[in-house]
Amino acid sequence: MDFANAFSIDNLRFILEGFYMTLKVAFISIILSFVLGCIVGTIRYTKIPVLSPVLGILVEILRNLPLLLIIFFARFALPDIGIQLGPVYAAIVALTLFEGAMISEIVRSGLNSIDKGQIEAARSSGLSYISTLWHIVLPQGLRRMVPPLVSQFISLLKDTSLAVVISLPELMNQSKIVIGQSYNYVIPVLLLAAFLYFAVNYALSLIARRLETKFI
Amino acid sequence: MSSLQVILEALPILLQGVLITLKLAVISLCIAFVIGLIAGLMNTSNNKILRGAATFYVDLIRGTPLLVQIFFIYLGLPALLDIRISAELGGIAALSLNAGAYIAEVVRGGIISIDKGQVEASRSLGLSRFMTMRLVILPQALRRMIPAFVNQFIISLKDTSLLSVIGIRELTQNGEIIISANFRSFEIWGVVGVLYFVIIYILTRLFRLLERRFN
Repeated sequence: MDFANAFSIDNLRFILEGFYMTLKVAFISIILSFVLGCIVGTIRYTKIPVLSPVLGILVEILRNLPLLLIIFFARFALPDIGIQLGPVYAAIVALTLFEGAMISEIVRSGLNSIDKGQIEAARSSGLSYISTLWHIVLPQGLRRMVPPLVSQFISLLKDTSLAVVISLPELMNQSKIVIGQSYNYVIPVLLLAAFLYFAVNYALSLIARRLETKFI
Repeated sequence: MSSLQVILEALPILLQGVLITLKLAVISLCIAFVIGLIAGLMNTSNNKILRGAATFYVDLIRGTPLLVQIFFIYLGLPALLDIRISAELGGIAALSLNAGAYIAEVVRGGIISIDKGQVEASRSLGLSRFMTMRLVILPQALRRMIPAFVNQFIISLKDTSLLSVIGIRELTQNGEIIISANFRSFEIWGVVGVLYFVIIYILTRLFRLLERRFN
């Protein structure tokens, strides 16, 4: 073990650049997958003929595949059908699709948890179906979704590490490269990587706990 | 070669990978169940040190990516302790420790969900704390945990794909090996995806049947 050399300025900068990439990819994917999940979850909740069942099948397929495979697919299989994605875009597309499917299930079950009586009441008070959804169901449903959503975001942040297989220069990839310099760097670098992931995730879960007490 | 030929040629090797994947998942989950039960019980105990240790373990595992844990056990431990671990052993250890932390939370939730009055009743009937746990709480709690265990099994099964990064020849790794020889990534990744989906679909159906039997 050689902490001093493992954490030389160059190595640290290299690893922190990776950390920045991890945060960036995670942030973009969180936003995109949240939007996607909300749309798909709401469509499945409203039971639109044809569209809802088709989306249901797609969501089931995505949820039952390992994320690693989806990442491989986005990077290496899509070019075969003419879609060329760089590592950053491939990672974002794969994460967004997979986590979007997960989030759509959270959204759907959150909406389902709202009492049917409320919808009937709103509808008989003269609100249209869309207004009922927008003013009555969504605000309450979203509040109930906060805890599972945050834990899904935490999973997403951890899952960005899988993009190491397509050489996305994120935290795990950069750590692996530094580890490759010397056998003595293995422990220090892995500890640093673990600490960085842990710090962000812990902060997120603390924020979640605050939000829970505030909202619910 | 046509796509069909590519797939038929790859299928025997991929099916071998399926067997390894299933083996890894089953072994890891059995170990994880023991770890999770112990950690979950520690987490609900009144002893501060036991509770602290269990919380630390669960938070640490849940706060770091599985990939980091795999690298730590497979690359880090040998460097730290000067020992050699086979990829398979390292992979199973990492997967068990990871799933164990999640199962610990399931166990804790299950135990908490049992009404406190039952503990008080059995304690005042003269059962020791241990006997109360073994005869009253756990039998009921474990039954409630079954769906969550099934869920964790499926997650662990998908997580075995990460073990390809340390060279274990499970389904994903075999797919990669075949692609590096024939460059047909679309067909091979497609088949690998179908295989994962089919395994998980069959298992979910099977477990749902068993659940209905149990309740």
